[in-house]
Amino acid sequence: MVSTGSTTDQDFYADPTDTAEGGDNKVFTVTGQDWGDIAAGLGDNDAAERVVVNMGPQHPSTHGVLRLILEIEGETVTEARCGIGYLHTGIEKNMEFRTWTQGVTFCTRMDYLSPFFNEMTYVLGVERLLDIEDDIPEKAQVMRVLLMELNRISSHLVCIATGGMEIGALTVMTIGFRERELVLDLFELITGLRMNHAFIRPGGVAQDLPPGALDEIRGFVDLMKKRLPEYAALCNANPIFKARLENVGHLDLEGCMALGLSGPVLRSTGYGYDLRKAQPYCGYETYDFDVQTWDTADSYGRFRVRLNEMWESLKIIEQAADRLARLEGEPVMIADKKVAWPAQLSIGADGMGNSLDHIRHIMGESMEALIHHFKLVTEGFRVPAGQAYVPVESPRGELGAHVVSDGGTRPFRAHFRDPSFNNLQAMGLMSEGGQIADVIVAIASIDPVMGGVDR
Amino acid sequence: MNEEKKAKDATPAGPEKAVEQPAVEQSPENAPEALGEPGAEIRAVGERRGMFGAAGSGDTSGYGGLVAPVVLPGEAQRPFGGWFDTVADKLDALIERVVIHRGEITFHVHRDRLLEVARLLRDDPSLRFEFLSGVSGVHYPGDSGHELHAVYHFGSYTWNRRIRVEVGVPDSDPHVPSLVPLYPAADWHERETWDMFGLQFDGHPSLSRILMPDDWPGHPQRKDYPLGGIPVEYKGATVPPPDQRRSYN
Repeated sequence: MVSTGSTTDQDFYADPTDTAEGGDNKVFTVTGQDWGDIAAGLGDNDAAERVVVNMGPQHPSTHGVLRLILEIEGETVTEARCGIGYLHTGIEKNMEFRTWTQGVTFCTRMDYLSPFFNEMTYVLGVERLLDIEDDIPEKAQVMRVLLMELNRISSHLVCIATGGMEIGALTVMTIGFRERELVLDLFELITGLRMNHAFIRPGGVAQDLPPGALDEIRGFVDLMKKRLPEYAALCNANPIFKARLENVGHLDLEGCMALGLSGPVLRSTGYGYDLRKAQPYCGYETYDFDVQTWDTADSYGRFRVRLNEMWESLKIIEQAADRLARLEGEPVMIADKKVAWPAQLSIGADGMGNSLDHIRHIMGESMEALIHHFKLVTEGFRVPAGQAYVPVESPRGELGAHVVSDGGTRPFRAHFRDPSFNNLQAMGLMSEGGQIADVIVAIASIDPVMGGVDR
Repeated sequence: MNEEKKAKDATPAGPEKAVEQPAVEQSPENAPEALGEPGAEIRAVGERRGMFGAAGSGDTSGYGGLVAPVVLPGEAQRPFGGWFDTVADKLDALIERVVIHRGEITFHVHRDRLLEVARLLRDDPSLRFEFLSGVSGVHYPGDSGHELHAVYHFGSYTWNRRIRVEVGVPDSDPHVPSLVPLYPAADWHERETWDMFGLQFDGHPSLSRILMPDDWPGHPQRKDYPLGGIPVEYKGATVPPPDQRRSYN
């Protein structure tokens, strides 16, 4: 299945006659188990020249569709570039054609491993423009924190799981996804959906906690306290794991600052910058937790930072659960009826929908309530003109939505500064001069999610 | 949309209609003049057209073609308060104006001064904005002479501060100096803003498309670029694509 440039009629990636050097380069389409043919095809003269390998565009693991362009010399990578954009869906453009509330439904789909953080940064921006930041009910804020920290655990689990899979540690993957499934079950219980929740809304959250949710959450925390040590036992001192990760993908604090890296990559350099502490939102300043750092500035350090952060998240979840127990029956949506979504949801025979009490009220009792519902749902609320940027600490670093309003019912512009998009820039710096196999480890340590990168 | 409708002051674009409506006199707090900060320069950067929810007019039928000017928050007056003044003092000679809205400070900078400003922000010990979170483009078709905006968010680890720097350039000459030499982090962000808005960052090492395919025509996030989409038929009824549906804006 090896085709050299001289015999292939059509090659979508490089026409040999089009190459910069005037058609002297050969193009191979590599399908596996054909290195012998390529080595023979290269011949003695060409072997000394540079070889450019296209890794992807494909799905290297669950990180999404990423194309790597590597210039190699033997097994050593001399130059590395990323090709992105394969998952671009125009979410930001689409949001300009929906109401402010509907925007949540779009942005939750960007970084699909941390949907609540996408929603949160957007909603915080909208709430700042509406000037209702201080009016959000306490229960809504606590639920947001609870969901975000659960989400941080599930996202870090996927990062560790897929990172393990990429270096052949399949057990790490299976146990990682096993635990992540438990978090998704909690999400399903609380929001109705396992992913793409659109649960955090301007003014609060979509719905109150269902009965029994707190018990489930506490059960999950207890279980995770037994299961998290398994990861430590499997990996922390595992000589193969350490050999693959230690001193790989090195990036020091200076490099992180220059390239704008944040999150676990920044904290693995020993600098404990965390937006939850530095610029708290949603009442994070009232929770007791520590910022986790490591001092090796390599892939192993990032793994340990993530592992430790899951413990911290468990601490926050426990505190949030205690507060929620105290806040039973409290509102989860802002009192201002000009912003608050009029209906509460309930589960009917055909799935989730507006609660029957609400339907009865607007259809049978109050014409004004019907008008109000209709206006708010179809037309939406107006947001004063201006712009806001409220970043949050997502599992991958600083995630921020630059929200611009022209005073209308729709975002004039919503731009998301996605940490994966920014952090992927460091791929070249982390992997150039290393082995091909280490490129994979370096990328896994950045933990890019292409849905967020390409948006 | 209608660039010629750009209003220098905040009078509604359809004055003859506003005169017909007594509601303006009845509720002066809804008149556009009252929306800006007192004493601040009010500059309309566009207009909104929609069906319902008019402010300053009794006409909610939508048939009159409701038009409202888009007025962004006006220029802030000294003192700004807290560390805002510290940063503004340093930048004073280099900036056009300062806007403070909802606790966030925005420095509007002319593109000729952008590199100077960024260098100062990064290197001055009392500023130390080590972190550039990225570049976001905004297209204001009605802001004639400054249709394309590049918006930068800077962060300081040392001082735990955040500021916004905004550069407006005309659509006919969309050139902004690149910040890559000062903040390498801007690399992909500037490529994205070029890709989406057609803003050209002079001095960028390789300003190429990043999200759209290399041979894509146009810049999709611009307001004159259609969203696209086709009507969907369902049980005999047709649902138009989102950008052609009724707008209540």
